[in-house]
Amino acid sequence: MLAKRIIPCLDVNAGRVVKGIKFVGLRDAGDPVEVAARYNKQGADEITFLDITASSDDRDLILHIVEAVATQVFIPLTVGGGVRKVEDVRRLLNAGADKISINTAAVQTPQLIADASSHYGSQCIVVAVDAKRVEGPGPTRWEVYTHGGRRATGLDALEWGRHAQELGAGEILLTSMDRDGTRVGFDLELTRAFSDALSIPVIASGGVGSLEHLVDGIVQGHADAVLAASIFHYGEFTIGQAKQLMAARGIEMRV
Amino acid sequence: MSDIAVIDYGMGNLHSVSTRLRQAAPDLEIVVTSNPAVVEAAARVVFPGQGAMPDCMRELEAHGLREAVLEAAYTKPFLGICIGLQMLFANSEEGSVGCLDILAGRVRRFAGAMTTANGERVKVPHMGWNRVRQVAPHPLWEGVADHAHFYFVHSYYVETTDLSMIAGSSDYPQPFTCAVARNNIFAVQFHPEKSGADGLQVLSNFVQWQPMSWLERPRTLAVS
Repeated sequence: MLAKRIIPCLDVNAGRVVKGIKFVGLRDAGDPVEVAARYNKQGADEITFLDITASSDDRDLILHIVEAVATQVFIPLTVGGGVRKVEDVRRLLNAGADKISINTAAVQTPQLIADASSHYGSQCIVVAVDAKRVEGPGPTRWEVYTHGGRRATGLDALEWGRHAQELGAGEILLTSMDRDGTRVGFDLELTRAFSDALSIPVIASGGVGSLEHLVDGIVQGHADAVLAASIFHYGEFTIGQAKQLMAARGIEMRV
Repeated sequence: MSDIAVIDYGMGNLHSVSTRLRQAAPDLEIVVTSNPAVVEAAARVVFPGQGAMPDCMRELEAHGLREAVLEAAYTKPFLGICIGLQMLFANSEEGSVGCLDILAGRVRRFAGAMTTANGERVKVPHMGWNRVRQVAPHPLWEGVADHAHFYFVHSYYVETTDLSMIAGSSDYPQPFTCAVARNNIFAVQFHPEKSGADGLQVLSNFVQWQPMSWLERPRTLAVS
């Protein structure tokens, strides 16, 4: 049976891996090629790079990083951040990326999902959804945010997820804005709502602070893959430890 | 004349395939090419692929590569990967297009709304690491454990009535064919170039493989 995946996420700023809480107080976590090689050795199932570079001068750095990683690491690489046009998708794929994650531009121009997936195949188009709980009466719902979580869109997250799927997205990278950086665990209600409603795989993201949270994301959130950054970056846990625990809980893993 | 030609018909990422082949065979000359003459001159051919089938068939024609691929499939050690496996069959449900029709069978889409035995929704694309059963022994499985994990990413799979060509299968959730072997052809649905050490082993086995027999080209397809 298909194994559930553990995906370490590397936020890359100006050529370095960084990690901050809600984009404040970025902390250096190393050289992207070295960090990716370490995770590969630990048994990561995929690696995701999110280019959070603010300066357009440094935009091409991510292409060089992807090229360098792709000559050393032979597991799937997903790259996102600043992808605006089909041409950006092409350049990243040619640099060695396997999947491209699109967030803000997909909301602004949904046709980009259709154009990119009809040419390159939906298997390589990931739509990243940053979702935040909407306070108020009625059933729980979440709103889509763009621009690195800074801009509210008014879009209902689950409706947007369904629409992205119809347009040809091959996977959803679902981040809880409420949980990101908090280390209290995934928003399991959000994760399960997406996983159960969509026919494409869902990657749970945002809030992982312990290995049990990864188990919860799969077992309770019904996610197909779990993404985490800080618990792996500073040597707190290895991916191998995470996989052992998940396998011990009866989750199909590649160990 | 190169040792290995990796066919490039403009459908994306050949970076990993070529890098990984160079690691598998550091002493061989490996070229990534869209030139039919270069394909014809190569000793071995790797036919990778990703993307949508109608685009792949169109690009193959546009690059004038169809005949070179057919010729290679009948005369050289030939490795198909992903769409490079699917294109060897008669036709595909993806865009309802005709394919190269070298092997008997067709390409089908995974049914939507499937569930596993324990009630989990089965997602399409089939994306991630799955176990591969080695249904038949083959030189390309040498050194690879039975039930080893390989990386898959696809929404379509091949279905053949000729069970004798099935070399590997996986479950999603029903068994499906993920590797076929016929004479000088070996083709896989998974991505050996993205499947870590076991994937490298398959590629290393391919670059050393000496097929024992050759696929016969039907007369009706032969060109003068």
